[in-house]
Amino acid sequence: MEFSINHPILFVLVGIIIAAVLGQSVYFLIKSVRRAKATGMDMTKIKKTIITAAIFTIAPAISIVVTVVTLAKSLGIALPWLRLSVVGSLSYEAIAAANAASGMGLTLAQLGENMTASNYVTVSLVMTLSIMVGIWLVPLIAKKYQNGLVSFENKDKKWSDILQNSLFIGMISAFVGFVFCDVSRLWSESARFVEIKEKVLVDGKLESVVVGVTEYTATSGIVPVLVMVTSALSMCICGLLINKLKWKWLNDYALPICMILGMAVAIPVTAWLGMEVK
Amino acid sequence: MKNKNKLTYMDTVHRDGTIWNIGMMLLLLAFPFAVWIIFGEGPDWQGLGLGLLATGPMYWAVGVVEVITFIPMLGAGGSYLSFVTGNISNLKLPCAINALENAKVDAKSEEGEVISTIAIAVSSIVTTLIVALGVLLIAVTPISKILEEEALKPAFDQMLPALFGALGVALISKNWKIAIAPIALMLVLFVFVPALNSGMVGIMVPVGVIFTIAFSRLLYKKGII
Repeated sequence: MEFSINHPILFVLVGIIIAAVLGQSVYFLIKSVRRAKATGMDMTKIKKTIITAAIFTIAPAISIVVTVVTLAKSLGIALPWLRLSVVGSLSYEAIAAANAASGMGLTLAQLGENMTASNYVTVSLVMTLSIMVGIWLVPLIAKKYQNGLVSFENKDKKWSDILQNSLFIGMISAFVGFVFCDVSRLWSESARFVEIKEKVLVDGKLESVVVGVTEYTATSGIVPVLVMVTSALSMCICGLLINKLKWKWLNDYALPICMILGMAVAIPVTAWLGMEVK
Repeated sequence: MKNKNKLTYMDTVHRDGTIWNIGMMLLLLAFPFAVWIIFGEGPDWQGLGLGLLATGPMYWAVGVVEVITFIPMLGAGGSYLSFVTGNISNLKLPCAINALENAKVDAKSEEGEVISTIAIAVSSIVTTLIVALGVLLIAVTPISKILEEEALKPAFDQMLPALFGALGVALISKNWKIAIAPIALMLVLFVFVPALNSGMVGIMVPVGVIFTIAFSRLLYKKGII
């Protein structure tokens, strides 16, 4: 059979795997809803959780579709569809695919329509094997790990509650820091030039070489900060509306509304402060 | 051996999660092998070896740290699902945190386990369906041109700041005493250490978590919280 990156059989194979992924999600959804009913949980709370989670997911899911479009140029549609529906992200998949291509003496851009079945198998194996850890490690340790956490909680309930909040705050703090990571472009000229690196096959080894430089405006690092401030302020306003005006319904939609407001503000703010220098 | 009737709900979550995850792992691995068999061409062994060597070790290490960091936050069912469906820190975990906040339940309780699993399952289903619909539209319509439209790009590029601004203000306002030091540390690190670019946030999450736990412990021991 002659290979092409968008061969119908690839879509059939990917479709089967995606159906199984969907099956696992539906299975756990049904299992949890049944448990909620059996333990007498408030079902309106469950219904609200379902609606809020669905609405919240729409914008990030569309951004995943955008990454499928980006990767589709070099890998066809089926492989990015598979990889971005399971563990992975644009940055990971692009790096894994580029490293596999470099190992074959090619670049990601050179793959595209010229890709052979052998290239495709190599790239998909590297992408799959390099990010498998979570899938097998969770079954291996989750039960013992959680039981350990429970017995720890029984020893000191107050500290256990603080520990749980610390986990969430620790994650949030890393992302707050990340939002400020390009602010130094304001005063540091070197921070405005970002090297584009690729791995190249040299004497049987992969070596990192600079293939280009992207220049950013001095004010570009402020864009994510202003976006974050906008969505944070929107959340504060939502909090006031919920608590002072008793708009309780807003509680379930506040996060997606504020996120979309922040994303919308990014468009004029980027036009104003600039991003990449063309 | 434990009698089936004596299995707790959590036991069944772990049992079912293990079956699903091992099954999904085999299915994911089957894809490249199926392509190999159908088209009769195996991998380029040098490309495979070098590609794995350049990619694997770093992501395997990150994977181990992520599992240890995220399991207590995602709960059991949420962990099994999230480590198959991906997009954990930018979608599944914020979704679960938001659901727990709205439902006002303790993340460690069985109620919290049920709520976070439902939120993550719904988020996974919606993501899978939207991406599948997107793929269909990319294949049969010129939607990829619209999605790549320069005018919309900044909005998608800034999804994470928009998400963590809203989510952060809600969580930080309730835990400001333990949030001050880790946020100050992360701001200093990300602003003044040039090596910490946007691609490093995944690695910095465990750093932030460990530092916050240590700082909270100090405050707890001193009776401040």
